[in-house]
Amino acid sequence: MSTFWSIWVIVLTLTNLGLVVWVLFANRKVAVSDQNEPENRTTGHVYDGIEEFDNPLPRWWFLLFVFTLVFAAGYLAIYPGLGNFKGLSGWTSHKQLEHRQEKAQEKFSETFGKYETMPIAQIAESREALKMGARIFANNCSVCHGADGGGNYGFPNLTDNYWRWGGTPEKILETIHKGRQGVMPPQEPIIGEEGVKDAAEYVLALSGQEHDAAMAEKGKKIFGTVCMACHGMDGKGNQAIGAPNLTDDIWLYGSSREEIRHTIRNGRHNEMPAQEDKLREDKIRLVAAYVYSLSRQEEVEQ
Amino acid sequence: MKNHDIVEKNIGILIIFTCVAISFGALVEIVPQFFTQANKEPIAGLKPLGPVELEGRDIYIREGCHVCHTQMIRPLRAEVERYGHYTMAQEDVYEHPFLWGSKRTGPDLDRVGGRYSDEWQRAHLYNPRNVVPESIMPAFPWLFDNVVTGEHTANKMRALRAVGVPYTDEDIANAAKPFAGGKVMEVDALVAYLQQLGTLVKQKR
Repeated sequence: MSTFWSIWVIVLTLTNLGLVVWVLFANRKVAVSDQNEPENRTTGHVYDGIEEFDNPLPRWWFLLFVFTLVFAAGYLAIYPGLGNFKGLSGWTSHKQLEHRQEKAQEKFSETFGKYETMPIAQIAESREALKMGARIFANNCSVCHGADGGGNYGFPNLTDNYWRWGGTPEKILETIHKGRQGVMPPQEPIIGEEGVKDAAEYVLALSGQEHDAAMAEKGKKIFGTVCMACHGMDGKGNQAIGAPNLTDDIWLYGSSREEIRHTIRNGRHNEMPAQEDKLREDKIRLVAAYVYSLSRQEEVEQ
Repeated sequence: MKNHDIVEKNIGILIIFTCVAISFGALVEIVPQFFTQANKEPIAGLKPLGPVELEGRDIYIREGCHVCHTQMIRPLRAEVERYGHYTMAQEDVYEHPFLWGSKRTGPDLDRVGGRYSDEWQRAHLYNPRNVVPESIMPAFPWLFDNVVTGEHTANKMRALRAVGVPYTDEDIANAAKPFAGGKVMEVDALVAYLQQLGTLVKQKR
């Protein structure tokens, strides 16, 4: 704040206080003085025969007001209230926040600190850690993956033992840290609408669903030239690039004929946002351990 | 005090003194802020919103998002722990009007940018219950049908430039370009706006 505005604030604040003090003390004494009747303590106002006294402020009320003035003086001395004067305590909201964060961090590091370096598999052994991980999951992950980790249309289920990008502790950690960009390009411009329909029949065949065998035969050729680059010759996918397995019964965007055609025709673009800039390392590891444990529920003793 | 009578019996003088008495707070707390240079310096990397984001911001205002969502993270520990770094004046120097809001029926959105994927934002706007079963947020399905024409985008930029947002002539000349062909739906603009919120400041929660 410039000197001008600092003086502006100081002058106005003190003027305000001064005026308040003046009004308060100016009202201390009885103002009425009747020369003819010295004992008369009324203001002379009469309403339907009711007279108005001119008494000073009640003592308790007056003292309460004085107390607020003393409080104001103390406040302005200790806290920054007068322009550029920082106050005797040097308080700022920023410092207060940092102080509270430090205190909380001390408390947290007792609970969380040890997980910052512990291997995920070991964290997943601890019931206490999994409980904490579950809460972090509920706060940060459940909006997409569901409160139970069961996923949603377009958002992967984390409780089945099927992984798009790999389910080892290291891969889960990598997914949370760096996020994932799943991109399937639109195929309609390459293989045409007929090609889309044929390829869809072949994908239906791959996953053992009811399909048109003749079209699937044509689709197989298209699959062998276009789709296999990511999904593999056998359609089993590739976890290195997040290409899903097409031969099982797990579908992110639905398994109906129309949905599969839509996926092939228009492609898909999906993103898991990177968390490494957003969450602390200990929290990331706890939630990674929780996700790791979700898919091993048969093995983990409940 | 005898002179009380004068004030009490003349309504004009009473009004003037009342105005003087209640103006101290504003004069001390608000007026100096207008002239504090530190509040007007944009944070490093701050750019005026692009045409799509700008239209998205107007949809945000039109749908009343700011009525239930604040964009103001206060410097309190619990809040910083949940939403990220507290909001700074320097982030909002190009905001006319600012959308800090005053009521949180939903969560604060000041640092929502990049927190969820575009697909999630779209699914959530179409019907929040599809992704967050206990949500009470209204659904906004019409955003998926309405096309953003962009016919007023250039004028909006001119208006903002008049109040100090540094849009260049080139920005204004190209304002309608992204909307050519009617491919930009209102939801696209709104998601683009949401995804850039608060992304200039990074702090781990």
